Amino acid sequence: MRYALRRLLHALLLLFGVSILTFLFAALTPGNYFDEMRLNPQISAETVKALRTQYGIDRPLPIRYAHWIISTLQGDLGFSFAYNLPVAPLLWVRARNTLLLTITATALAWLLALPIGIWSAEKQGHWPDRTISGVTGFLLGMPDVLLALGFLWLAVRSRFFPSGGMTSVDFDSLHFGGQLYDLFLHLVLPASVLVLSAFPLIVRHVRSAIADVLHCGFLRAAEAHGVPRRPLLYRYALRAAANPLISLFGFSVGALLSGSLLVEVIFGWPGLGPLLLEAILARDLFVVIGGVLASTIFLISGNFFADLLLYWADPRIRRAASFQAPEKTHA
Amino acid sequence: MNRKRAFTMLFLILAALHLIIACAGFFATYNPEEQNRELPFAPPMRLRFFDGQGYLHARPFAYPLRLREGSFDEYEEDRAVKLPLHFFVSGARYRLFGFLPMRLHLIGAEAQVHLAGTDGLGRDLFSRILFGGQISILAGLLATGLALFFGWCIGAAAGFYGGWIDEILMRCAELFLALPWLYLLFALRAFLPLTLSPLHAFFLVVGIIGAVGWARPARLVRGIVLSAKEREYVRAARGFGASPFYLLWRHILPQTRNILLTQAAILIPQYVLAEVTLSFLGLGVPEPTPSWGNLLSSSQQYRVLASYWWMLLPGFALVPFFLGYLGLASSLQEQGAPSNI
Repeated sequence: MRYALRRLLHALLLLFGVSILTFLFAALTPGNYFDEMRLNPQISAETVKALRTQYGIDRPLPIRYAHWIISTLQGDLGFSFAYNLPVAPLLWVRARNTLLLTITATALAWLLALPIGIWSAEKQGHWPDRTISGVTGFLLGMPDVLLALGFLWLAVRSRFFPSGGMTSVDFDSLHFGGQLYDLFLHLVLPASVLVLSAFPLIVRHVRSAIADVLHCGFLRAAEAHGVPRRPLLYRYALRAAANPLISLFGFSVGALLSGSLLVEVIFGWPGLGPLLLEAILARDLFVVIGGVLASTIFLISGNFFADLLLYWADPRIRRAASFQAPEKTHA
Repeated sequence: MNRKRAFTMLFLILAALHLIIACAGFFATYNPEEQNRELPFAPPMRLRFFDGQGYLHARPFAYPLRLREGSFDEYEEDRAVKLPLHFFVSGARYRLFGFLPMRLHLIGAEAQVHLAGTDGLGRDLFSRILFGGQISILAGLLATGLALFFGWCIGAAAGFYGGWIDEILMRCAELFLALPWLYLLFALRAFLPLTLSPLHAFFLVVGIIGAVGWARPARLVRGIVLSAKEREYVRAARGFGASPFYLLWRHILPQTRNILLTQAAILIPQYVLAEVTLSFLGLGVPEPTPSWGNLLSSSQQYRVLASYWWMLLPGFALVPFFLGYLGLASSLQEQGAPSNI
């Protein structure tokens, strides 16, 4: 429990740091939303000035940051210039869609990669292993952009899958099952691009982690005692090899998030990616900061989840954590 | 021995690919910005050895394209005229490596031959892919150099001086690593001017990517420096009164060479991709200067993607570079440099 709290505190501090960092970037660079307005002859200089005062752009940086923090604590995350709305509700809808996409993709990628990686480690040096490493090597060399565009091309050509968006036009008129099916059809292509881009790396790590463990004495002993193959690999080898894989899990969440940004834009999936892109093009400062923060929260919670998993899976860490705690108070 | 040979092969292939891109003007058939309004969205022309009567020709040739009657974007081959290819011909002016004025091209024909088709303005896609590669690859290389330079300086300072400097720098690195890097890239790009000249945009993109990427190399370098500075010969040199700068340059930098090389092989494709992504989304190098990213960006329109598949070809140009650098990185890693700390 204490371990979880400490990780949580660490995550919060990190988030605080990230917010300061993005705010600093925003402050150090020239130009803002109202600069473009000033070029418009139909908007008078007084109006622009009034707007600047209203949104607090003309105040010094620390005060602006304090205002933003207060608004964040109230659950608003600042104010969008372009939408004229608080940022949080805007982000929330989009973040939900991004989460739907990335969680599906993460789960699928791992579910696929674990058995394939284990199989590859088991058949080390034989043709399944070689085929798998060839395929993963090729997939690693395929850039996300190309994968996404290729899938989109297939969709446009074959017309079997919808070629963009998250729902069909008549989504609201469908019954619940139909809605689910519609969502599923729209999810297939972007999710499979993400899975294809994430899974080769996972397969390789699973393979090398399991291959390291397979040489260990206790597994050879188990094999000699006649433990069948499947429990041997999935119960004993996988457990022993779990540590680096769990760390990789946290990392893969981050990689998928970055990947999903592009995929969302290409497939028109209404997630954080398109929102962020629009906000950048409109110089909508707080939406950009909010989007970056939201993605950071996802990444940090992925890592936090991985930490908890590690704690649950590895007794050594549990013991280290319980020993470390009194040491800390002593120091 | 075998592994070493594979490494050399890989290195040579990559070097050849880079050479082709560096001499884009020579290998390209036309000026990448020249428009041929007669032939918008022309498909790639097929090179042939057999003509209509079934005679074999030693010199490859192509049939010129003309619009099919009654359509505005479908072409058919004009079988009456043959366009034989000539090698080492004089053509459009270009500057080799950016400064040598030349007119020599590897291939040319009497009329326009578009090996990879044309884009919506009738510009030769083959030439644009080659010239676009110059921008994308150079951006990747420069950004990697920048990231490694910052990373090395910061990592070396943190590892060498230790104490509160180390603490602050490494906390910063943790911050940068906590952000999904594409989002961070976007955030940085968001606060800079949107419309820029291609040259400014290029350096801006390089600067942003380099500035975002320093954290991981810094952590790796710090780890090496921490162990290197306690080596006996380093302590001895320090005892003889060597300055910190001398110690870093003479004794510690060589130790980090392996790490830097491995990181470079990992980062270059990643940063080429970053440039491609930014330009693809219209935040990087703008038209008319070609880059692999903005060449691909026209495929975002469904109409283009559905009817003109060759607009995806710039994406395929990325693949051999990616595979080459991946192989290079993994064989460098096998030679014994830790990949992550």
